[in-house]
Amino acid sequence: MGYAAKPAAWSGRLPGRLGYGILYIALAGIAAIQVLPLLWLLLFSLKNSQEVFNLAPFALPEKLRWENYEKVWTQGHISTYFFNSVWMTVVAVAVTVLLASFVTFAVTRMKWRLRSFVLGLFMVGLMIPVHSTLIPLFSLFTKLHLTNQPMSVILSYIAFNLPITIMIKLGFYYTLPREVEEAAVMDGCSVYRLFAGITLPMTASVISTAVIINMIYNWNEFIFVNTFISSDKFKTLTVGVQNFVGQYTTDWGAIGATLMISIIPILLAFILLSNRIVEGIAAGSVKG
Amino acid sequence: MDKVMSNKTVVALFVLPSLLLIAALIYMPIVLTGFYGLMKWDGVGKMTYIGLANYKELLRDSLFWNSVKHSFLLAVFSALSLLVYLLVALILSAQIRGAGLLRKLYLIPMLLSSVAIAQLWLKIFHPTSGILNRMLVSLGVEHTPEWLSDPSIVLYAIFIPILWQYAGFYILIYYAALKNVPASLIESARIDGAGPWRIAFAIRIPLIAEIFKVTIVLAVVGSLKYFDLIYVMTGGGPNGASEVMASYMYRKAFSGYDFGYASAIGFFLLLICLFMTWLIRKATAGKETIQYS
Repeated sequence: MGYAAKPAAWSGRLPGRLGYGILYIALAGIAAIQVLPLLWLLLFSLKNSQEVFNLAPFALPEKLRWENYEKVWTQGHISTYFFNSVWMTVVAVAVTVLLASFVTFAVTRMKWRLRSFVLGLFMVGLMIPVHSTLIPLFSLFTKLHLTNQPMSVILSYIAFNLPITIMIKLGFYYTLPREVEEAAVMDGCSVYRLFAGITLPMTASVISTAVIINMIYNWNEFIFVNTFISSDKFKTLTVGVQNFVGQYTTDWGAIGATLMISIIPILLAFILLSNRIVEGIAAGSVKG
Repeated sequence: MDKVMSNKTVVALFVLPSLLLIAALIYMPIVLTGFYGLMKWDGVGKMTYIGLANYKELLRDSLFWNSVKHSFLLAVFSALSLLVYLLVALILSAQIRGAGLLRKLYLIPMLLSSVAIAQLWLKIFHPTSGILNRMLVSLGVEHTPEWLSDPSIVLYAIFIPILWQYAGFYILIYYAALKNVPASLIESARIDGAGPWRIAFAIRIPLIAEIFKVTIVLAVVGSLKYFDLIYVMTGGGPNGASEVMASYMYRKAFSGYDFGYASAIGFFLLLICLFMTWLIRKATAGKETIQYS
């Protein structure tokens, strides 16, 4: 903690306070660039097209037009897309995190010959570009009559997120002390009870990190849904938004409201859980 | 203990479902992509074996090489931008009040879907109503750029939202790595009279070299795989000026119904990603092992 360079040390020949001020302004400027486009989006989601074109970009309209949200929510399937995103994300995240816990437990806590090879298979999976698997997956799902079924998307989410989820868990599992397990086994505890009753509760914090990262990935996923799902009934928000916006090219208020609806859950999660998200992204940083 | 923890049935129960899933949905498709690349196939009808004809055609396909060039240009831009991110992380890790909050604000775009980012930036780049050109107009610029429909600037324009999306991610990684540099090293350098830039270049940056290598691989391989953002913003246009490998593959398969040819592109994309990963690791190899944490 105490090592950080003193502010003055960063300012070269400038007086310390001035140099510090310049650095601070630069950093705040970057923060503004990162956040202002979203603020602009929020503002135009509350305007009608006329106000978007006539008012200054960051000016508030006289009346906040929440009816934009109401309109897109009730028209154009946005509510259907939203709930599809919710349930597909929830199912895929639950299964992925559970399966990854099984694998990580078996690889780090149990003794068997092929464990490092199997772990390697999962880790190599991180380097495979999704696009290179897309055509065979599409034809596989077509043969199995799973295209246009949520199952195709959910299975893909699970398979492609397993490697990163295992990776996030690995570090934590390696640091778990063996004594607890040994004591439990001495007391006659079975592996199943050891896993479910002792290891899983002990890894609750890394499970929540993995859940959040998976949620963000699945919520934002585009290419699988765009390729496998053609019926409006099963589209998720990313693809739905894309189609919807195509029909409303000039109604900026409606487009803004649609985009806001698609990013609000993520922004809420971020406000509530930013520390975990930061931790998860750092832990899973090998995925590009 | 050993007996319980080496129970083969349990291992199989725990590992096989996941293993089967990645075998069926990741590894088998990879093999099939290579196989389909040898076929003439429209995706529904019969496949005809044509040997390496698709790959030979790839070599002659100027649209394909254009997309490869664009992908590599984006990779080079991304790799260069890492230096800026490193500089920001260095400054941020000096004793800056509110560094934690700033770091989180930087990260927000990374959490949004590429589709939402693409739609938002389509509006930002809008020739008359977008904030970018409205700003330029208020500064007195008469001929504002047509950001996304001018073939000579579209690729640079598209890189701006990419920078915006990933800035926080790389700054976060560098910041975390810099925070892990032992304080005692920096303290003793300071006592020896080293200034902040000297400390940065002689101690802090060399000590996070391993992380820097990882991020180069991420940035380069990530750029070679770009798809969502470009697909939504320009669809590869105008006139192929922003086409990248993945968007070209997608268009050949799902608009052109040339699944064999698209598979050949997909296989090429796979090889090039694996090759670049290997090449960058090789070129920057020290004695350190790859870190997965």
